[in-house]
Amino acid sequence: MQLIKQEEIQHRIDGLIDQDVYVHLEMTTGAYAAHLDSSKHPAATFISNAVIRYSHGSISGSGPFRVGLKTLQGWVYSEGLTHYEESDTSRLIMAGHDGQGKLVVALQLSREPF
Amino acid sequence: MERHVLVILPHPDDEAFVAAGTLAMHVHSGAQVTFACLTLGEMGRNMGIPPFANRATLPAIRKLELEDSCRALGIQDLRMLGFHDKMLEFEDPELLDRTIGDLLQEIKPTLVMTFYPGYAVHPDHNACGAAVVRAVGKLPAHERPPVQCSAFSSGHELEIGAPDVINDVRPYLKSKLASIRAHRSQFQAAELMGNRDYTDKELEVRFGTEVFWTYKFES
Repeated sequence: MQLIKQEEIQHRIDGLIDQDVYVHLEMTTGAYAAHLDSSKHPAATFISNAVIRYSHGSISGSGPFRVGLKTLQGWVYSEGLTHYEESDTSRLIMAGHDGQGKLVVALQLSREPF
Repeated sequence: MERHVLVILPHPDDEAFVAAGTLAMHVHSGAQVTFACLTLGEMGRNMGIPPFANRATLPAIRKLELEDSCRALGIQDLRMLGFHDKMLEFEDPELLDRTIGDLLQEIKPTLVMTFYPGYAVHPDHNACGAAVVRAVGKLPAHERPPVQCSAFSSGHELEIGAPDVINDVRPYLKSKLASIRAHRSQFQAAELMGNRDYTDKELEVRFGTEVFWTYKFES
């Protein structure tokens, strides 16, 4: 994974406009959050391989970044993205990692199911 | 000596922290060890520091790490059962029970190891332990192998008492540390290893003992 290059991400988002794409969207504090610190509220959510189609999409912010995709019926939104997989050219794999390197948020788009 | 140990845990690296020394000990004494790993830990948050894995590549990376870990411990038989990480508590219980029941029939283990249902923190750990206990509980009482469980939720000893199995695994520390380190994407996690190198003495204190509770079946 590499640090996000905003222009590169925008280019890749544009490349998936107006077609069926599989999305993996996730945010998590980790299953051990409350075990390690009882003041923490554990929360996690993900949806994998939902099919969406978006007409507009952009990356915003100065890092960590936000991404918003305008779909036919609504929106997909993700905040806190820091990294992407440069070598994976067929899929757009983005994630946000915290100061310890742990994944906090992920947004992935692909023409094929994950 | 055990003839055949069947250890059933949900994630690659559970074996490293929970039972690595004990498994190396059983292998050393001549036992066959089968590790049934229910998922590939594909929803893990650790991706290496700096991150070299991502959500899409993590399962393949963790599969290789798991194989390395098993080699380090001398585990002869690794089964990857293909359930989805984080989803065990929502999985069809009949499918889980049948999968585990088939393993019990095939292997006829003399010892089963898993997590203590309800006292193992992670929902997958608890669901795995519960399924193992259900599957073993379906066997006639005289055919049931002992089930040794790992527990670590806060205050667990207040409810289940002290562990009855206390294994001194200091002779197998080298294998255990190799097993932990095999999980390259995971083991740097600060809460597990700290941010510094340990002295040999500190390692012995931290990793030299493994404890388990033998599950008490009601009937």
